[in-house]
Amino acid sequence: MALPTFKGGVHPPDHKELSAGAPVKEAPSPSQVLIPLSQHIGAPCKCTVKIGQEVKKGDLIGEPTGFVSAPVHSSVSGKVVALMDVPNAMGRMVPAVVIENNGKEEWAQLKDNPDYMRLAPEELREKVKDAGIVGMGGATFPTHVKLSPPKEKPVDVVIINGAECEPYLTADHRLMVESPAEVLEGLKVIMRILGVEKGYVGIESNKPDAVEKMKEAASGEAGIEVVELEVKYPQGAEKMLIKAITDREVPAGGLPMDVGVVVQNVGTALAIFEACRYGKPLIERVVTVTGRGVKNPGNLMAKIGTPVRELIEACGGLNDNPVKVVLGGPMMGFAQYTLDVPVAKGTSGVLVMSEEEHSASGKFGHCIRCGNCIDACPMGLMPSLLSIFSEKGFYEETKDYNILDCFECGTCTYVCPAKRPIVQFIRLAKSLIKR
Amino acid sequence: MAVAKKEQELLVTVSPHIRSDETVGRIMWTVSLSLLPAFVFGVYYFGPKAVYVTALCIVGSLFSEWLVQKMTGREVTLGDGSAFLTGLLLGMNMPASAPFYIPLVSSFVAVAITKQLFGGIGYNIFNPALIGRAFALITWPRAMTSWTEPTAAFVGLDAKTTATPLGLLKEGGMQKLVEVFGDKASLYTDLLLGHRAGSLGETSVIALLVGGAFLLYKRYITWHIPVSFLGTVAVLAWAFGGKGGLFTGDPLLHLLSGGLMLGAIFMATDYVTCPSTRLGQVVFGIGCGVLTILIRLKAGYPEGVMFAILLMNCFAPMIDRNLKSKVFGLKKEARK
Repeated sequence: MALPTFKGGVHPPDHKELSAGAPVKEAPSPSQVLIPLSQHIGAPCKCTVKIGQEVKKGDLIGEPTGFVSAPVHSSVSGKVVALMDVPNAMGRMVPAVVIENNGKEEWAQLKDNPDYMRLAPEELREKVKDAGIVGMGGATFPTHVKLSPPKEKPVDVVIINGAECEPYLTADHRLMVESPAEVLEGLKVIMRILGVEKGYVGIESNKPDAVEKMKEAASGEAGIEVVELEVKYPQGAEKMLIKAITDREVPAGGLPMDVGVVVQNVGTALAIFEACRYGKPLIERVVTVTGRGVKNPGNLMAKIGTPVRELIEACGGLNDNPVKVVLGGPMMGFAQYTLDVPVAKGTSGVLVMSEEEHSASGKFGHCIRCGNCIDACPMGLMPSLLSIFSEKGFYEETKDYNILDCFECGTCTYVCPAKRPIVQFIRLAKSLIKR
Repeated sequence: MAVAKKEQELLVTVSPHIRSDETVGRIMWTVSLSLLPAFVFGVYYFGPKAVYVTALCIVGSLFSEWLVQKMTGREVTLGDGSAFLTGLLLGMNMPASAPFYIPLVSSFVAVAITKQLFGGIGYNIFNPALIGRAFALITWPRAMTSWTEPTAAFVGLDAKTTATPLGLLKEGGMQKLVEVFGDKASLYTDLLLGHRAGSLGETSVIALLVGGAFLLYKRYITWHIPVSFLGTVAVLAWAFGGKGGLFTGDPLLHLLSGGLMLGAIFMATDYVTCPSTRLGQVVFGIGCGVLTILIRLKAGYPEGVMFAILLMNCFAPMIDRNLKSKVFGLKKEARK
């Protein structure tokens, strides 16, 4: 039987074999961490510490300045040594708190809640908010906002996104294999917060061990179903995942809650459980360090603020052939110009690409109108035409072709035989017409 | 690209960082390969002249591409196989008896004028090979419709005629056609195998179907245009093709003859000159079918595939504009 999926998409080689079998290891504690004050979509945090101040693990160092915002906590115990700008994954300089690690791993006072499932939904939501949890699949949207749907948008389904459709990445995969019960508890907390009876865990079928473990954990749980999905990029995009699992179609320009669905990433679910159970803020996450440019690919539990350089060193260092370092996956990740960039809440992977793995973007030809991109576009757009309009400067015309529905998955550029930078042209047009 | 020896040499580009290994060249050369069975049959059936005519078309096409690209200071792209494919298709659309200047001049019209002067690959409105052939047909109507007897390879078979089956049908009706081929069964068999007069690459339906199946398997074409095109021709031929009133026509005869198979599988499916969406392609195919039958049954020419495709080429951009792909999540919102 065909597994559920969506229309369109592509099958890039997934190269997950490099790190899929490697259990999550604790990354060495860095001598200092650089914790950006803005690791989420929304208002940046206000710094709450001073240079010279001693902090412990889990201490608040940045407080939110709006509803759509998330607090930031220290991931080490030690002393604040600098408040300075550091590069983020997108290459911009953002304010950050630099903390020197005293190696004592002292925790701040955390509030343990063995009976967390008895807490009122509002209390649980407050715990998620205070823990600074954001969408850990990469979108980094503050989670408590997603868990506060307006009254006129009733939610009846929660989906845990275990698709992990980006090639190479295995962080969510390992979490599902190693901590299935915790991930499932996270789902139950989300369902309780939203008052929802139906929960799903969507996993691509290239992770049979994760499917098995999650099914085992979910057996006997009423209303929770583990769904095996076809392996296809971008299966993990919210709208595609919702379509595959519930057959509901999020309206163009709309949000999942418009069709009564809230989607949370596997890592986010685990963080939600830990926040509600142990009062633990989001100060560490699993990062897949992979690619043929790194000696021993693997999955590391890394403290937020750890420079990427130290994660690469923890995996044996670079081979002699790296050409590019990408944060995230190869389809939507960001290439880095420095290895000083710190791990943030949305950093799912560090991909060190060798010359052979990486496709150079360079010369491209005319569109031959083969329609490959139209067939592959998960949003049903006509990327070929959009790219031509954008290339020729007809930006306004792109609106008639629903350019704003594009979420820039890059599938069009991937399939183009003329090697046209289609999604790049689309980004250009989008940024210009939004002005 | 050099390996980044130092951190400072790391490459920074925007996503996606990986690409499929598909290229324009691979597509064009694969389509050329898929024409091989039909071409080989043409050579076997019409003799060395078929090679000669086709070679002239290919050389003319490559030269025209090179010339215009040199003259306009653009990059020379002979390696992408596009000009080669145009030449091959043009050659397969010629009578094997064409004198040397026809292939040369038509290939210049096809590649230099129809394609390069409009901006090169991707920007031509009309199918280059078909414009080349249309130009030849109008300029040298006699030479382009004199179908010589095939070489001795099939002595004893009913291939002596110097008119195409559709020509015979137009002149003398079904009766005459059956008379020439012996009986109805051998008429269909000969048409299927390709034992008939015609352009050198169009005659063998079976060889063209093999090539088409290969392209479908490689996913370089989809069923939409060939099926809607052929289906429309079949239905309309059945409905209006008979002398005895409605629904007395012979759809099989129309499907197996003329340039229909070559046109429906290899010419109408040209990416550049057909619509990009599947629905648009079905509309395009139906339009091609309607025009083909209209010309075959009611116009002066016995065959209409070429003009039908060329006329529909004009409409391809309009079809694309009016039959956009279905945007995810848009229908529900529109319904509100």
